[in-house]
Amino acid sequence: MIRIHQLGKRYKRYPNRWARLGEWLSGRRWRPYEERWVLRDVSFDVAPGEAVGIVGANGAGKSTLLKIVAGTTLPSAGHVETDGRVAALLELGLGFHLDFTGRQNAIMGCQMLGLPSADIDALLPAISDFAELGEWMDQPLRSYSTGMQMRLAFSVASAVRPAVLIVDEALAVGDAYFQHKSMHRIREYRAAGTTLLFVSHDATAVKTLCDRALLLDRGVLVRSGPPDVVLDYYNALVAARETAAGISQSGEPGATVTRSGDGRAHFAAVTLSDAEGRRRLTFQVGEEVQLSCAVDFHADIAAPTFGLLIRDRLGNDVFGTNTFHLGTSPDRAAAGEQLVVTFRFRLALGAGSYAISVAAHTGDVHSADNFDWWDRALVFEVVPGSEPFFMGTTHLPVAVSIDRRRSA
Amino acid sequence: MTAPRPLVATVPGGLALRAVWQYRGFVAGLVRREFAARYLQSVLGAAWALLTPLATIAIYTLVFANVMGARMPGTEDRFAYSVFLCAGLLPWNYFSEVVLRGLNVFLEYAPLLKKVSFPRSVLPVALLCTATLNFAIIFGLFLVVLIGLGRFPGWAVLAFVPLLALQQALALGLGVLLGVLNVFFRDVGQAVGVLLQFWFWLTPIVYSASVLPQRARGWLALNPLTALVDAYQQILLTGAWPDWAALRGHALAAALLCGLAAFAFSRLQGELVDEL
Repeated sequence: MIRIHQLGKRYKRYPNRWARLGEWLSGRRWRPYEERWVLRDVSFDVAPGEAVGIVGANGAGKSTLLKIVAGTTLPSAGHVETDGRVAALLELGLGFHLDFTGRQNAIMGCQMLGLPSADIDALLPAISDFAELGEWMDQPLRSYSTGMQMRLAFSVASAVRPAVLIVDEALAVGDAYFQHKSMHRIREYRAAGTTLLFVSHDATAVKTLCDRALLLDRGVLVRSGPPDVVLDYYNALVAARETAAGISQSGEPGATVTRSGDGRAHFAAVTLSDAEGRRRLTFQVGEEVQLSCAVDFHADIAAPTFGLLIRDRLGNDVFGTNTFHLGTSPDRAAAGEQLVVTFRFRLALGAGSYAISVAAHTGDVHSADNFDWWDRALVFEVVPGSEPFFMGTTHLPVAVSIDRRRSA
Repeated sequence: MTAPRPLVATVPGGLALRAVWQYRGFVAGLVRREFAARYLQSVLGAAWALLTPLATIAIYTLVFANVMGARMPGTEDRFAYSVFLCAGLLPWNYFSEVVLRGLNVFLEYAPLLKKVSFPRSVLPVALLCTATLNFAIIFGLFLVVLIGLGRFPGWAVLAFVPLLALQQALALGLGVLLGVLNVFFRDVGQAVGVLLQFWFWLTPIVYSASVLPQRARGWLALNPLTALVDAYQQILLTGAWPDWAALRGHALAAALLCGLAAFAFSRLQGELVDEL
């Protein structure tokens, strides 16, 4: 359980050292500093066992928030309550000492968590196994790679299931294999009732791991809700910040549509149809489809880009591309013109519900010049066809061969 | 699973000692690590812990007793000066080690303070333990030498325990208080280094107060360490028990300094971590 009440963090910026001395000598009546609030009036609760992801641009206050919850930084206003042991993976290393061996550092790390010696002795083999450091455990940390240090730090910090686990991007370090392994452990702890507070730039990780997402913007909590809704809003916010255009979001969670852009181009209609041009919203696995977008232009635009993004029911990105990458962007579009862009592709997707988002912008991403970003422009269904049963969201044509040999 | 731990920020003074007890493994680890780190890359290892003060004692004995012909007033004993010197010098080293380490404790452990949440009171306790262990080794050795020379002072040596406790309470309070200030104004660190040198020579450690003129002795009495060092020297040279009543002011000062250090730390710890 985490309870955060009107949390604020202010840093003071003094013009020089004398100013601070002056402030102290005046009994803090003279305040010669500039105040910079990196967090302001942030309140939220996290229920026991809930996983909350925090998203936001760099400098939005995410890391500061986690540090305050972890107890390494003190808030300037408000307070934080947690129950039970808090384990935090905020930065690499856990204060490791490079001259000591992995084992010595692991022991120190456990002591820092306040674990009794008897428990530490019992935990060490498990820590060593999980980090997969083998004989490196008895080598000084100086000889470790960043990834190895990170593996050790994660293994130590997560050796005992904490009541509250705080993870800050730390998982981005290390190889893909260990990332999977640590994600697996985090999921196990979640299932066992650990409360999770998670910061990542990786939208997929937030979507798949978290029950709820919070959007921090310049130290203020601006949005809280289901991860896919908050992330869509965040994407729109990023795009909007660049183009200084408005954002609107409406409807119930799960059926929300986010649309943003400066309006120089506008999607008038987006339709999905089969190979014969019949409009449909249900297709069989592997069917050829056409996505047609009618785009009205209200300004002269050089080399506009049109993009599509397919997401699954959970909001995970399944496939996305655009005419910039495909090399099929038109040279220009004139004001008053309507372009009809048609994408043709084979739906090699697994059974389930999917949403298509479309975007019109310039360049390779929608953050530069965003004319129109239409999230969940339409939702369609994929049903099983004549192919053999398979699992997942991607249909890979599989060939099997079996060689039979007589065993010697 | 450990017992629920309150947030560090909310641990009030009274709970600090209980938190240190819960983290005693960490304290022991810090002390062990400190020793290991100091001698890790050296061939002679822990022998350096003895060689350094032995060299100091040898130099002072050579310069003062042999070259300058200093004698303890009233004795012709060749060893009397060395015993007198050690009686003051070893506790002084113990005192200055804690002050200097306290001065830098927050800067030294900055990476830890910024990355890991643990009861902050662990750090001063660990540094006091390290210094005490250092002192115990060298002082124990010194006592063995005294027994060998047939100069063991007898039961009065037990008086060292409360005297040193008093001295180290002063040192720790002063060290941590200056350590907090040092984070904000690094001048403090520089100044204390210089002031400690003055302090050393303004304490009758290498010379006897009795060689000074009466007026200078009056000034010297204002130095709180004078009475303590004098007590150490009396115990070791004459086996006399100290005059406890004369140390009431010291006890009060130690309590005040420790209280002030704890207050300054609790008031400034938020800004302190931001500043590191």
